[in-house]
Amino acid sequence: MIHSLFLINHSGDIFLEKHWKSVISHSVCDYFFEAKEKAVDPEDVPPVLQTPHHYLITVHRGKLFFLSVVQTEVPPLFVIEFLHRVADTFQDYFGECSESVIKDNVVTVYELLEEMLDNGFPLATESNVLKELIRPPTILRSVVNTLTGSSNVGDTLPTGQLSTIPWRRADVKYTNNEAYFDVIEEIDAILDKSGTTVFAEIQGVIEASVRLTGMPDLTLSFMNPRLLDDVSFHPCVRFKRWESERTLSFIPPDGNFTLMNYHVSSQNPVAIPVYVKQSISFFESGPCGRLDITIGPKQTMGKTVEALMVKIHMPKAVLSANLTATQGNYTYDLPNKVLVWDIGKLNPQKLPNLKGILSLQAGAPKPEDNPSLNIDLRIQQVAISGLKVSRLEMFGEKYKPFKGVKYVTKAGKFQFKCAALYEPFLLSFWTILFFYFTTF
Amino acid sequence: MLDSNKDSLKLEAMKRIVAMIARGKNASDLFPAVVKNVACKNIEVKKLVYVYLVRYAEEQQDLALLSISTFQRGLKDPNQLIRASALRVLSSIRVTIIVPIMMLAIKEAASDMSPYVRKTAAHAIPKLYSLDPEQKDQLIEVIEKLLADKTTLVAGSVVMAFEEVCPERIDLIHKNYRKLCNLLIDVEEWGQVVIINMLTRYARTQFLNPNMNESLLEEGNDKTFYGSDDDEDEEEEEEKKSEAPMPKRKPYVMDPDHRLLLRNTKPLLQSRNAAVVMAVAQLYFHLAPKVEVGVIAKALVRLLRSHSEVQYVVLQNVASMTIKRRGMFEPYLKSFYIRSTDPTQIKVLKLEVLTNLANETNISTILREFQTYIKSMDKDFVAATIQAIGRCATNIGEVRDTCLNGLVQLLSNRDELVVAESVVVIKKLLQMQPEKHSDIIKHMAKLTDNIQVPMARASILWLIGEYCEHVPKIAPDVLRKMAKSFTNEEDIVKLQIINLAAKLYLTNSKQTKLLTQYVLNLAKYDQNYDIRDRARFIRQLIVPTEKSGALSKYAKKLFLALKPAPVLESPFKDRDHFQLGSLSHLLNAKAGGYQELPDWPEAAPDPSVRNVEVKDSVQEVRTTGEGRISLLGEWREVFTLLERVATLTSVPEWTKCSSREKRKEKKVEKPFYSDSEGESGPTESADSESDSASGSEIGSGVVGSVSGTASEESEEGSESEEEEEEEEEDEKDKKMTMKKELKKPVQESESEQSSEEEEERKHERKKSKARKSDSESESDEDEDSESESSQSESEDSESEAEVKKKKKAAQSKPPSKPVKKESKKEMSLLDLDDFEPAPSPQVTPLNSFLSNSLATDLEGLSLSDAVLSPATLSPCSALKSYELLHRIRGEGLSVEYCFSRQPFSPDANMVAVQMQFTNNATSETKNLHMEEVKLQSGMRVKEFPEIELLPAGETATAVMGIDFCDSTQAANFQLCTHTRKFFVSIQPPVGELMRPVFLTENEFKKEQGQLMGMNELSEKLTLDAECRNEHAIVQRVTAAANLSRVPCGSDRECRFAGRTVTSGSLVLATVATKEEAAAQLTVNCEKMVIGTMLVKDVLLALTQ
Repeated sequence: MIHSLFLINHSGDIFLEKHWKSVISHSVCDYFFEAKEKAVDPEDVPPVLQTPHHYLITVHRGKLFFLSVVQTEVPPLFVIEFLHRVADTFQDYFGECSESVIKDNVVTVYELLEEMLDNGFPLATESNVLKELIRPPTILRSVVNTLTGSSNVGDTLPTGQLSTIPWRRADVKYTNNEAYFDVIEEIDAILDKSGTTVFAEIQGVIEASVRLTGMPDLTLSFMNPRLLDDVSFHPCVRFKRWESERTLSFIPPDGNFTLMNYHVSSQNPVAIPVYVKQSISFFESGPCGRLDITIGPKQTMGKTVEALMVKIHMPKAVLSANLTATQGNYTYDLPNKVLVWDIGKLNPQKLPNLKGILSLQAGAPKPEDNPSLNIDLRIQQVAISGLKVSRLEMFGEKYKPFKGVKYVTKAGKFQFKCAALYEPFLLSFWTILFFYFTTF
Repeated sequence: MLDSNKDSLKLEAMKRIVAMIARGKNASDLFPAVVKNVACKNIEVKKLVYVYLVRYAEEQQDLALLSISTFQRGLKDPNQLIRASALRVLSSIRVTIIVPIMMLAIKEAASDMSPYVRKTAAHAIPKLYSLDPEQKDQLIEVIEKLLADKTTLVAGSVVMAFEEVCPERIDLIHKNYRKLCNLLIDVEEWGQVVIINMLTRYARTQFLNPNMNESLLEEGNDKTFYGSDDDEDEEEEEEKKSEAPMPKRKPYVMDPDHRLLLRNTKPLLQSRNAAVVMAVAQLYFHLAPKVEVGVIAKALVRLLRSHSEVQYVVLQNVASMTIKRRGMFEPYLKSFYIRSTDPTQIKVLKLEVLTNLANETNISTILREFQTYIKSMDKDFVAATIQAIGRCATNIGEVRDTCLNGLVQLLSNRDELVVAESVVVIKKLLQMQPEKHSDIIKHMAKLTDNIQVPMARASILWLIGEYCEHVPKIAPDVLRKMAKSFTNEEDIVKLQIINLAAKLYLTNSKQTKLLTQYVLNLAKYDQNYDIRDRARFIRQLIVPTEKSGALSKYAKKLFLALKPAPVLESPFKDRDHFQLGSLSHLLNAKAGGYQELPDWPEAAPDPSVRNVEVKDSVQEVRTTGEGRISLLGEWREVFTLLERVATLTSVPEWTKCSSREKRKEKKVEKPFYSDSEGESGPTESADSESDSASGSEIGSGVVGSVSGTASEESEEGSESEEEEEEEEEDEKDKKMTMKKELKKPVQESESEQSSEEEEERKHERKKSKARKSDSESESDEDEDSESESSQSESEDSESEAEVKKKKKAAQSKPPSKPVKKESKKEMSLLDLDDFEPAPSPQVTPLNSFLSNSLATDLEGLSLSDAVLSPATLSPCSALKSYELLHRIRGEGLSVEYCFSRQPFSPDANMVAVQMQFTNNATSETKNLHMEEVKLQSGMRVKEFPEIELLPAGETATAVMGIDFCDSTQAANFQLCTHTRKFFVSIQPPVGELMRPVFLTENEFKKEQGQLMGMNELSEKLTLDAECRNEHAIVQRVTAAANLSRVPCGSDRECRFAGRTVTSGSLVLATVATKEEAAAQLTVNCEKMVIGTMLVKDVLLALTQ
């Protein structure tokens, strides 16, 4: 299946390679570099490339490319999913997944890769199992290791692969038994200029952090499970219980993990927490444009909107921005042409406003399209869909765990389209086009 | 440092070496020094040496041999992990000399005690195979052996080995097919992908095409149902028809194994692993009947939120699917809308999907969406959008003109790329209907001054040339301009200029003769030989000279022949002959090692090859101990239910029966057993091997008691016949032992005690019954305790228990009833084999069955309140029973069903259907159960527990639950006996889709006030002569619908209330009587359809 793996950084250096079968020369990556040259954005490199003798499957994570070489037919998603899992594991072990970190921990990385694949077929990918085989580095341990020369490989032989539950390590012991669940919901929405929702949906995820002794068997039930439309689970969740009772029953892995992802059924209207009044216009005469944005709360369920941030990808012609913000501050990133306005807390009494002049490159044609606004926000202690956890029960162990549930709403891909000059959805399609092109 | 004595130094050295390897530097010089350390005690050093060894052993074969003995020693280590890792490294060393050693090691490991080692052995198989393909035959033997392995740990790896070594040996799968299907959900995710892909291929060879009959049916039916499928689909259908010209084919019956596969893979759509979801999706796409394929759409759309690489692959596959089955993704149209932040390749793929999804109804939305895309800053994407518009225009005739106009507007765009792309697309569109659009061509001719993109210029020139008759004035002018700039043009444009000149020369030689000559002369001296050649060729062809032969006469025909319009079609067309989700599909080229997805067979191969001899498996279960998981899997369901009950009601009844008690003990001991349903069972645990004996005891305890309570467990989807058989075998065994225990109580003190207890209990009950036999309410109380106990036994067995109870109640009423018989009855609770038919007291015991059992009270349902009004109980006698299977059609077996109006305890959203089986035949009927439930979407069925044996002349009752989703759609299923299968269907009258609720008068009025307008239906009626008093009305209404009476101040009105079972919407009915027989019926219901139907039914009931 997976033949070799190359880790490549943004500038195109191969800084780590691992082969599971016979060795494949670097030169195979040249095909990838060629494709990368062609693509403007690293995201645009096709994930699957064909070369005369091999196939290259690449994923792009945090400025790194994980390039795997396969020789025979294999489901591409299989490899992609696995590579992401590798990246997740690095993140889990080292806190981040970047070139410098991997270089610093090259031996651990190598050991991990060795355990994760056998002959190119995934062997142990559960972080609980891996952590028993290879201990994650900590500052303390690295100091101790350098002093004593001891290793970060587990001394005792792991039992994980052999235990009844492949994702949980055996003999977990804690003095404080805690189980925390974060219900995080993201609103994905596209709104047009008039504030009408073109498309909106809620994606949710339940992140769990479970530190419980022994083999607890948890049952998590919801007040309103009907809200959940489409779900996907961590393998520990029992499908059948979900199907019959709509409760999550599982023996959790130890530590942090994603319990489930869900999608809120589209029948329920999505509450949009903020509204935006905006006008961005560019003038044909004179190298300038004007920008005026105001944001106000809409349906916030009585909570404050925090960490509000507006991001605008400006047209290439915009050289600089001279704006004044009534709240927060703004930055204009010239090379990437991104205007970021960091507002912070939204005060409903005094709505934040950003106003000013955009200067354009002299001689450049006026941008045809107005940029759209991407909004980032966060509302604590509320899940915008109204989903509520009703209770968490534990079986199988005697102690009383400390339980907690936190709700957070975030903006996912939250976009206000700013179609230029007119209300696009009131006019029919082609009349607009006609209008548009005849005006200029 | 490597030679140092200190481990720490060695470790440091090895780390540096490994870091070198990681950077791709050559470290092979150090081989001798490193290899020495292979026997090092320090685990980490050892690991790193392994890493090194695997990397360089191929280059230094001789030296590598030095290390082999260490591994051989490791293979014998008592620790399974050391054995496994030794095998892993040994098999990873690519040295041909050690092939025999590897072979030996693999064979040995394949029969290792530890599943982990066996898994490693499975991994080693392809390694050895790639090293020496000649070992194939021996390896296949090992694979065969490992395929029979029953642990989830091994399954994925061995199937992977199978796929790499001998994918053509499909016959190896037969025996393991059902096992693999059942284990699937517990296999680790990577294994699932491999197994599902393999099973897809397998199913294609073994089962019949589930859609083949549909294609035949479709001929006759009008196509509204499949209206969303496009022409291609029908074409394909036609193809299928011609492929299988069997008009008189017997109705297609899906092989139960085929169904098993579909059923067991479905939950995996919920996996977090995109590869698993995709694998299931492709399985459904390739194998499922058309109507069922839809379920995958939602899961695939979910994947679109994942990483962009995942999106890329999924969209490619969705694009292929949308061509075949457009309807499937139509509801998710909006999910494919493009965001400005998507990478270009994703945008383009989404466009592709949107274009494929476009049809007459949604085209305006899609075009509106496209309109916003055109203004994107990403020009490649804009170009793709324009092409997409072009494709929509060709596919959907209605919008062709609009699209064309829109594209023409784009011609004045400032961006060249956009203009160029529009020109190219317009050219294609115009070719379809050139007559109408001469003004567009004129407009485009003007553009030649501005457009610089060669492809666009070439397209315009070609268009003008092709349709020069439509623009006779402009064409020569254009040629003039072009001739002027000829030398500066790109090659592709030059060629088109020559082309244009030639065409004009032929049509309008007067005006253009000189120009053409000029152009040809210019071309003659061009640098590009293509152009020179073309010029020479054309000159010969069109300019008549004495030398030119017959060809020039036909020049006009040659140049101005009618060209067929290009077909703009999806690049994803025809891609689905590759298995979806595969690399080959993604690249649209066959990848190495790709296994073709075979076509459906004409006739199904013998399904019996998949049968597994029962004895073998039972034996295996006993001997290995590990295989028990599959057996225990059967009981997971029971356990869950049991546990649930146990937690609900911590009842002391457990102590009544030894077997129960035992079971409870075990349950406490091993809580994981009870709810391992979704996961890999506990039997995999290393320690389970040792105590397999006790394990089987657990099994026996459980099996015995459960079968004792006569609940042949309702099989859940995951259970295969194979295992059923196993289970039965086991069950019988266990029953035997149980019987022994019961018959010789002296042997075991516990059972003695318990049987004593039992006796005692019986006596007590007897007494109490005798005492209070005449008083209804007290016997109720008695039933109370019983029903409680039956509750705690298992909810599933409740019905059975109730039947028993009923019988008992019937028997206990006659005061002369002998005690002996009663005790025998009790025995029968524990042992079915001893069951002796009671003198058929259950001919029509429905009433007693319905008498408000306390079981319902216990659940605290609102029904218990409703009981307060006496009117609700009375109409129960009017329960209608319907015929499900006539005894003639059923060859002696007749089945009647009625809606018992009991809440169905396993699932409150289901309607309980009580079925009464009567065996009128002379021989006994076995294994009555149901299969192949075919339901409308959303409906669910809880099957009734299998009736193992129905002796001749006997009657048995069972309860099943159906969630009708508040519709009167029939639930179709097969009723199976050990010999025959009968298609039957249950259709509920609308009145049975609700359950009574208790409301006060005020509540009723309030609710009614909220359900006015459209939700209110009223009808005037004349009451039937026999039904003029309140009592009769109440009786008739409640008979027609499962509603409860609401107290009412006025005596002219009767009010009823209920809720629909599934959605819980309120149903209110009022009958207001007036003078004489006139009356008015009013129904308020949120669900208007239900309301209308209810009005009809109640009307009928009252007027008859």
